[in-house]
Amino acid sequence: MKDILDIVAFRNRVINAVSGGKALLALFALPEHVLCAVLGDREKRSAETLFAAVEGDEYPSLTPQCPQAHMFEREIAEQYDIAPLGHPWLKPVRFHRPYRAGAKVFAETGPAVCDFFRVEGAEIHEVAVGPVHAGIIEPGHFRFQCYGENVLHLDIALGFQHRGAERALVSNPKRRIFYMETLAGDTTIGHTLAYCRNIESLGGMQISESAEAARAVALELERLANHAGDLGALAGDIGYLPTMSFCGRLRGDFLNMTALLCGSRFGRGLLRGGGLRRPVTKEIADELLSRLIAAEADLKNAVELLWNTPSVLARFENTGVISAENAVALGLAGPCARACGLGIDARKDFPSGIYLKREFEPAVCATGDVYARAMTRWIECRDSIALIKEILPAAVCGPEPEAKPALAPDSLSVSVEEGWRGEICHIARTDARGQLDFYKVVDPSFRNWPGLALAMRGQQISDFPLCNKSFNLSYCGHDL
Amino acid sequence: MIKALMARLAQRERTVEYPAKEPVLPPRFRGRPQLRAEKCSGCGSCAEACPTQAITAGPLSLDMGKCIFCGLCAEICGEGAVTFTTDYKLAASSRQDLTGPEYRLARALEKKTLALFGRSLKLRQVSAGGCNACEADVNVLNTVVFDLGRFGIQFVASPRHADGLLITGPVTKNMEYALVETYNAVPAPKIVIAVGACAVSGGLYAGHEQTAGIPPQIPVNLYVPGCPPHPMTILDGLLRLLAKI
Repeated sequence: MKDILDIVAFRNRVINAVSGGKALLALFALPEHVLCAVLGDREKRSAETLFAAVEGDEYPSLTPQCPQAHMFEREIAEQYDIAPLGHPWLKPVRFHRPYRAGAKVFAETGPAVCDFFRVEGAEIHEVAVGPVHAGIIEPGHFRFQCYGENVLHLDIALGFQHRGAERALVSNPKRRIFYMETLAGDTTIGHTLAYCRNIESLGGMQISESAEAARAVALELERLANHAGDLGALAGDIGYLPTMSFCGRLRGDFLNMTALLCGSRFGRGLLRGGGLRRPVTKEIADELLSRLIAAEADLKNAVELLWNTPSVLARFENTGVISAENAVALGLAGPCARACGLGIDARKDFPSGIYLKREFEPAVCATGDVYARAMTRWIECRDSIALIKEILPAAVCGPEPEAKPALAPDSLSVSVEEGWRGEICHIARTDARGQLDFYKVVDPSFRNWPGLALAMRGQQISDFPLCNKSFNLSYCGHDL
Repeated sequence: MIKALMARLAQRERTVEYPAKEPVLPPRFRGRPQLRAEKCSGCGSCAEACPTQAITAGPLSLDMGKCIFCGLCAEICGEGAVTFTTDYKLAASSRQDLTGPEYRLARALEKKTLALFGRSLKLRQVSAGGCNACEADVNVLNTVVFDLGRFGIQFVASPRHADGLLITGPVTKNMEYALVETYNAVPAPKIVIAVGACAVSGGLYAGHEQTAGIPPQIPVNLYVPGCPPHPMTILDGLLRLLAKI
């Protein structure tokens, strides 16, 4: 492993790098009391890792100078019982026992049993929602501080979905790839691809161009299914039923295209280290293309209704606005960041697979509101369809037999993939025998949940479902 | 308004004709496993590969409740003793009915409960550690494609309005209390449906210290296997429970 800095130097380098425009893709503790930061340089299309030893069980927090570190430092405190001194809002992230005995930073409590930011005043009231919500969605707890209908502040407490996946996948190699497929079930391809890249990098495996094309097709189909579903759900949340109804069906059509490839609507069993588990035949590619062309026309028809309906635009525009400055400060990812005018996208900034050899132009909107988050998704849908049409003929490929390559010993690998919610960052480390001994997953939701809380400031509480849907973040991806 | 009407015409009728007609599933769909004990050499490579200890060799048996339908066993078996058919009908009334060797499809609710719920069943869904795949494929039943409402089944926002729970996920320790409270809030008589390998057996998350499983005070009336189950598998189970097929 590389040089280990002292904590002061580490802290300065991370803070300076982030204020100089680098992305804090991950910040976490390793079991041996070492902090690690993964800094992405979008201009140079590269990433670097920095390490620092923690003396004792505390270190000076980065968050006051680097708000992006906020959630990461809370996670470090909860997992390894290392206190970031001076952290402005230190509380648990997932409400589990720390990884070492004798927790000192947080007392053991139940889920969401913690301090919530409170506004005091005669006409202030507090609204608590969840963990069980009204719809068919995952659990989480939301606390609103309200003045009449106006939301002054939203505090979000998650952790209800915590399954202990991150450590289990290290200790259980037989289940490993299946854990990846279920880290966030709607992002099976995104997370599994990020994992495969790490294994391939550590194992020195070469991937055929056709398999790379097929993987890119699968990743875009996943984006299409979720974006189409979100556009429909956004329409549903404001009571505009035509687009809700049409997109509900279209989402399934895209899922069924993925099922053509591998039998599973969510892409289970499609990927494996080295390539694909199942072949993409000419017949499948042809069938997929004809279905895609039919779905393209229907999706355009369904979504353009939104932009032509004044009552829809009246609800979407100026709702849940996040400024570009705040998006940068919080380190938002994916369509939520691009809707604020940030042209960040791993397909351009940290390219892998087919993107190593092609230019990619991210979809960007400027206004940072629900409208922008919806429009960004629609532009991305069109881009994804165009891309699949172009590369599908080159994606016909055979399956790869299961390979168990020897992984490079004492190595660390970082992969970044642009899932439909944004940058998925996986970090894998091997021990002296070439076995995985540490794995870290950063789902884009982990970076984006604070964005939702900020978007609700000054909104009517009745705008929460709409704002929430415009982010559509993963609970289990956050809670792992 | 005219644009919305034109769009409605262009989008056509999309509801599947099920149950009058059998649904079309993707050719690679992995449904009901088929075991051929006579072809099994007893080598145990399937059990060795299985991530959830669902399959055992000698004698060959497969627990559909634990199975995540990854298909590794079929891929690894050189003898063809394990294959996955495209049969989507998998739901069962008891855990034992999923363990094999004879799988038994779900039976209708007993007469008195059926009289209450047969024509109108309101369910409250609780995700307790589900990865959002089961949740998504339950949610999809509400779209025009499946049109769950035509069978008299509806998902409601409050357990107080519900006749039962539909549970997904391995039931994390952090959701156990909320699940029990939600169950207690449903007025009796009530039914419970477990959807997906995680809810049925813990699935991939069985044996984790962070998961608890559905607690024994919550009796389950319908088990729907799969990871996630196909929407047709869930719908088939619900309709069997209500004696509609």
